[in-house]
Amino acid sequence: MPEQLVFAMEVILNGLMAGVLYALVALGFVLIYKASGIFNYAQGVMALFAAMTLVGIMNGQVPFAHLINATFGTHIHYFGWNVPALLAILLTMGVMVLLAWAVQRFVMRHLVGQEPIILFMATIGLAYFLEGVADLMWGSEIKTLDVGLPQGINLWIDESTYNIFGYGFFIDNLDIVATIIAALLVAALVAFSQYTKQGRAMRAVADDHQAALSVGISLNFIWIMVWSVAGFVALVAGIMWGTKSGVQFSLSLIALKALPVLMLGGFTSIPGAIVGGLIIGVGEKLFEFAIGPMVGGATENWFAYVLALIFLVFRPQGLFGEKIIERV
Amino acid sequence: MNKTLATMALGALMAAGPALADLVIPDLSYRTGPYAAGGIPFSDGYNDYFTLLNERDGGIGGVPVRVIECETGYNTEKGVECYEATKGEGALVYQPLSTGITYQLIPKVTADNIPLHTMGYGRTSAANGTVFSHVFNYPANYWNGASGAINYLLEENGGDLSGKKIALIYHNSAYGKEPIRTLEDLSEKHGYELALLPVDHPGQEQKSQWLQIRRDRPDYVIMWGWGVMNQVAVQEAANIRFPMENFIGVWWSGAEFDVEPAGEKANGYKALTFTGLGMDYPVYEDLQKHVVDAGKAAGAGDQLGAVQYNRGLYAAMLASEAIKTAQEIHGTADITPAMMRDGMEALEMTNAKMDALGMAGFGPEFTVTCENHGGPGLVGVVQWDASAKTWNTVQDFKPTDVEVIGALIDEDSAAYAAENNIEARCN
Repeated sequence: MPEQLVFAMEVILNGLMAGVLYALVALGFVLIYKASGIFNYAQGVMALFAAMTLVGIMNGQVPFAHLINATFGTHIHYFGWNVPALLAILLTMGVMVLLAWAVQRFVMRHLVGQEPIILFMATIGLAYFLEGVADLMWGSEIKTLDVGLPQGINLWIDESTYNIFGYGFFIDNLDIVATIIAALLVAALVAFSQYTKQGRAMRAVADDHQAALSVGISLNFIWIMVWSVAGFVALVAGIMWGTKSGVQFSLSLIALKALPVLMLGGFTSIPGAIVGGLIIGVGEKLFEFAIGPMVGGATENWFAYVLALIFLVFRPQGLFGEKIIERV
Repeated sequence: MNKTLATMALGALMAAGPALADLVIPDLSYRTGPYAAGGIPFSDGYNDYFTLLNERDGGIGGVPVRVIECETGYNTEKGVECYEATKGEGALVYQPLSTGITYQLIPKVTADNIPLHTMGYGRTSAANGTVFSHVFNYPANYWNGASGAINYLLEENGGDLSGKKIALIYHNSAYGKEPIRTLEDLSEKHGYELALLPVDHPGQEQKSQWLQIRRDRPDYVIMWGWGVMNQVAVQEAANIRFPMENFIGVWWSGAEFDVEPAGEKANGYKALTFTGLGMDYPVYEDLQKHVVDAGKAAGAGDQLGAVQYNRGLYAAMLASEAIKTAQEIHGTADITPAMMRDGMEALEMTNAKMDALGMAGFGPEFTVTCENHGGPGLVGVVQWDASAKTWNTVQDFKPTDVEVIGALIDEDSAAYAAENNIEARCN
């Protein structure tokens, strides 16, 4: 087999893995948009906030330590204990539920019935607020996140592909784990929305707020639930990306990677987020491999958007999005 | 009655007039945003040194230093806003820690007669003082860095790099592109093959670049990164099992937080430097006593001795020594920005001077002249010991290729002079 074809296969596999990570971020957007029609600009910052909270809890860090020390002249930074990863993840989930409640109670509840653009602006404000709170709570230094996920080359794939092609493929163990977790997450979300009472209520709210209210579904409860689930997805995305690069501000920028995925897959479809992520992941990696060297490289960021725009020309609602026809 | 009125008028005048007794140093910091991890320790070091001078010595020449911190978020527009907002305070020197902001400020500081110090960053050809009257980039610049890395590799390879493959992985910005021309010229001189691998901001995703490195198998990788790009690159290099001892970052890719997320796998990674390592300098005892223990540290006081903290400390020390020089030249303690520029242009850093400051060997010896605003361009190399979590010096400050760099500086600065109708000075 020609060498370039073998290399391209490796690039495609890595693109699929990267696509899964993009899809993880996009999922959070889709969940909230489906249930409330809000494009949650703060989803990336939620991933940062969740990851910072997780590391803080694991390391036994005192939240708002700098503020406390500056106010009271103390020098406390750590409680002096470490929390096991699993327990810390559960506690972080609790914090994300609290955050969901606070967002609903103090922001969204006051904006019911407002134009989508107003709700969108509110999430921009929420993003900046969360960024500041995260820094104030946990400090802005880079934090190492280790919840025991494997990293580095998968030797089995390396050896197997070497035996077949004479060239060992590089696949990161972390990407494999992310793929498995993303698959489980999607299955769980689909099962939740199809087979549980709350899930069906969530779908009802997504279809028609007024009708859902008229049959006794609590809008407040559903929205807190949706923001909590989005918080959980943000936590998973934060763990995956934070393990790679350390937990730091840049985690919030991964939302930029989710936008073309959403444009391509559609804002209202969970399978769309997955398929969109995979197409963007493979597309940008393959383009960088084949065309990148001819145009000076670093094509991935803009190519993802170009690819999404091309799809938009032919399917404005995205691959799996709902076609909205408004008659005048 | 008249006496009372006169006293009140004088008091009002003093209150309304500028604070002549302060030496104003703006700190264009970034404690927020994607590059805060590097900006915070640098700014802490910069602030703490001036606090030390105020607390221990009562300022410089008896005049207290007033640092005005302005948050740029590493954003060029905000950096320019900070400059405009603070220059009227009598700012003596700017130190923006951003190549993007530097490029915007060069024409502004020249017009406003305020000096700009871009230590180890910014526009490299600003080393030519005959063209850039108000910009200083001593003691080393990016092209010194590029040449320093190649010189180090030459030594490792018995003086011969012909046939070797070197990849440059760089931040796809004005900063990251700075070393390309130098590395290209040096590749012609030394016969190595150069591959260029840009990474877009912020650098969270670098799979394509490292797959290419794995396929092409370069002998060495040089990195020009900043922010999250550094941590991801070190992690990806470890993932593909690239030998860490063959991976060298520029000085902005060589802090503790760049390697710690990768843990043990980052062991052996190298970086360039133009400043000293650690806390084994007498100045740190004074900092602990007069600044940290006194509760006057700029941050939490937990960054002392960190790579970027030391760099901020060094930048502040160079600024304070330039202030002293300016005070001597002009015979006044209350200096103006124009006098500060003169002080920077006449700055002489000797071992004896650094020894007296409790910072012996912290930086190289050098003398700034009207023609040379770039200093000697000496570059050292350090290596990360992951188990001890410390950087160790593997090469002391050594000269770089002045012949190649000098020609590039002349060419670039001549082009700038022609574009901006600048007549050569220092005649």
